[in-house]
Amino acid sequence: IKDKLVEYFRTQVRQDPEVPSAVAAIRTLLEFLKRDQTGETILGLRENLTQTIRRLEEADSSVAVSSGGELFLRFISLTSLEHPDLSQCKKVMVERGELFLKKISLSRSKVAKLCHTFIKDGAKILTHSSSRVVLKVLESAAADKKRFTVYVTESQPDSAGRQMADKLQNLNIPVTVVLDAAVGYIMEKVDLVIVGAEGVVESGGIINKIGTYQLAVCSKAHNKPFYVVAESFKFVRLYPLNQQDVPERFKYKADTLKAVEDLAEEHPMIDYTPPSLITLLFTDLGVLTPSAVSDELIKLYL
Amino acid sequence: MKRESIVPAACAAVTYTVLCHPHHHTVFIVLTDGPGNKDDITRSKNEGKELSKEEKQRLRKQKKQQKKQKERKNEKSETEKEKTPVSLLPPPRPVATQKAPSALPAPASAPIPVPASAPFHSSPAPSPADKPAKSKAELKAERRARQETDRAAKQPGSSSSGIKTKVPLSELNPVVKRLPEHVQVDDPAVVKRLAKKLERQQIPLRSDYGYKVSLFSHLHQYSRKAPLTQQLSIPSTVIHPSIVRLGLQYSQGIVAGSNARSVALLHAFKQVIRDYTTPPNEELSRDLVNKLKPYISFLNQCRPLSASMGNAIKYIKKEISNIPSQCKEEEAKTKLLTCIDRYIEEKIVLAAKAISKYAIEKISDGDVILVYGCSSLVNNILCEAFEKSRKFRVIVVDSRPRLEGREALRRLVQRGISCTYVLISALSYILPEVSKVFLGAHALLANGYVMSRVGTSQIALVARTFNVPVLVCCETYKFCEKVQTDSFVSNELDDPDDLMVTRKGKTQLENWQDVSSLGLLNLVYDVTPPDFVDLVITDLGMIPCTSVPVVLRVKNLDQ
Repeated sequence: IKDKLVEYFRTQVRQDPEVPSAVAAIRTLLEFLKRDQTGETILGLRENLTQTIRRLEEADSSVAVSSGGELFLRFISLTSLEHPDLSQCKKVMVERGELFLKKISLSRSKVAKLCHTFIKDGAKILTHSSSRVVLKVLESAAADKKRFTVYVTESQPDSAGRQMADKLQNLNIPVTVVLDAAVGYIMEKVDLVIVGAEGVVESGGIINKIGTYQLAVCSKAHNKPFYVVAESFKFVRLYPLNQQDVPERFKYKADTLKAVEDLAEEHPMIDYTPPSLITLLFTDLGVLTPSAVSDELIKLYL
Repeated sequence: MKRESIVPAACAAVTYTVLCHPHHHTVFIVLTDGPGNKDDITRSKNEGKELSKEEKQRLRKQKKQQKKQKERKNEKSETEKEKTPVSLLPPPRPVATQKAPSALPAPASAPIPVPASAPFHSSPAPSPADKPAKSKAELKAERRARQETDRAAKQPGSSSSGIKTKVPLSELNPVVKRLPEHVQVDDPAVVKRLAKKLERQQIPLRSDYGYKVSLFSHLHQYSRKAPLTQQLSIPSTVIHPSIVRLGLQYSQGIVAGSNARSVALLHAFKQVIRDYTTPPNEELSRDLVNKLKPYISFLNQCRPLSASMGNAIKYIKKEISNIPSQCKEEEAKTKLLTCIDRYIEEKIVLAAKAISKYAIEKISDGDVILVYGCSSLVNNILCEAFEKSRKFRVIVVDSRPRLEGREALRRLVQRGISCTYVLISALSYILPEVSKVFLGAHALLANGYVMSRVGTSQIALVARTFNVPVLVCCETYKFCEKVQTDSFVSNELDDPDDLMVTRKGKTQLENWQDVSSLGLLNLVYDVTPPDFVDLVITDLGMIPCTSVPVVLRVKNLDQ
């Protein structure tokens, strides 16, 4: 049954490339909840859910899947406290799960609405790699009849930046692709930096595609604002102290983790940007400073 | 007698004549005010308009003058009564009382001599110092009472609206936060108040020792050779013997360290509760709290209370006052004892376990961990991590005069952890080797600052420069509502004689008291700003330093 769920997850992602992976994960978990007949107790249900989440993480090792799964678990345990009877509990869970999904699918547009006012006319924006949220933000800014140019870093090893550039060109936004090494060179020309995030950690820092950290350091050195756009389901209960402290299972792609023996040979796919380099975070909960992220997390989890 | 009076401009002419009198040592300060000021005020009062600031001031002064007039009249009648039985009165007094009535009736708004320090440098007559002060205080009280009644009268339906406005406020702020007052030893009024309070509670006042550095002259500085217990009579009827013992242990430094002091305090209170019997016609909930107050003052005199002790005392007082009145004494006492046990178990023992669990996640194999001084919590974490077979080594940093690092070194080496020992002066030499810094805390302040042993902020600063992560470990019961941005305002001064050191038979600084320009400063605590701290590990989880007020808010809501 677990393999079927992984298949379901993969089809979700394939059918709708726009859907965030966390949302797909939550949808899969909800589906599991609906299909699950074997669970007798709430504790058993939780066990099964935790195992499913682990399988999903094996399939797609991004931080978002992990955070989405944890949020769903948290949300389930809150519901299970209110209704001790299992079948009634399940019904309520499914109902609330659907509601939750509906709310978070709107989160991207909420973020875009908040952020596009920070883009002024004639602005030059620098972004990193390919992020669907940043795309949405730039889309809504363009729809607001603002004129701006975008620089995108190429973002090796998978050249995701080029895909971003194609998408932006389709929106008729003037875009230039720069090398990852040219970030310091281009920084004096740009007015602001906007990046997406794969995960937002408890300290207020972010985990994102490799290269984000040096982008942040450069922008701090040039005193350019560094904005992060992320939905609230990306908040994760990690607290890395430095680059080394980020758990291994997030650093590499899922296939690499399974196939390769010695991870020291592999190049990590993500890095950690500390909160001192971030100016503001735009989330569907509002515009937050990095120290407010912890406040929100305490409200969610404590 | 030095006197100073405030006179409206309209009465200047009249007062001039009085001023010229040789015996009447009165100084008049003339207010340059607009014409018909009094009329303005009465008019606006009648119209019900809000008085402007100036008008309010004038009104206050007028009221003060009127009261002074009444006081003078009373005094005058008293002295006149006194005059007849007692013939020997100091000369200035009858003169003043004779002249005052002549001056007083003349101007309508009555310039009244106010006893105050005047620029008019006449020789001060031997008037009793207390009398003017007392009359001033009395007048102040009278004025305040008058103002209250006026304010109440002004507002229509005052009582009902007052209650109405009070109720929603109390709903918003169910917890009234009373912050501990700052110590102010160089302010004589505060010292007098403290002395009076201690006298009432029959506790001896401890005197300061030695020359205090001017920046810290507002703090107490005691000598260890003169503990407060020497001034107590034995057996002390006011203070329970276990509290006396505890006070001695604090002042001599036998019990030191934030957790140790709190636990010792709670155990002493348990003994007090066990020996307590409710006096007849008294309620346990109120009487026990009153009994505890002199003990707390006594302990404060022995050694200033720490933030953790303050929170523990607040908890105990709350528990005691929540005891229902119909509860029997034995039952109440056992309930209190179990409460205290539970507090120690939850907030200190279990919290330490939870913090170790989180902290161990942050210790990886091959780490080089730097610790400072002796924190029971950090030692606990390191020992637990070692038992879970993490491979790391420890660098213990120590500083004079307490040299607490030696105790930490002893405990860690006993477990088999490989340690290095340096003094704080070698910090920048040793930091390139370090991968993490673990610090304990005495208290975490509401603005995110960490109050800890002196030297901690230095370590955090240098570690930040070397990009080494700094982790602070602190239980939530040490979180304090105080706000502090520097180490001067509220600190503790230890015995300056501790700084004397004997090497090769010679004691340096032996006669430091004889050198007039020399002061010895032995600070105990300092505050570290939150930008130097990367992570705070508490029993609630790992939080950034800026989230301390959030935890305080959540805790207050729970209570």
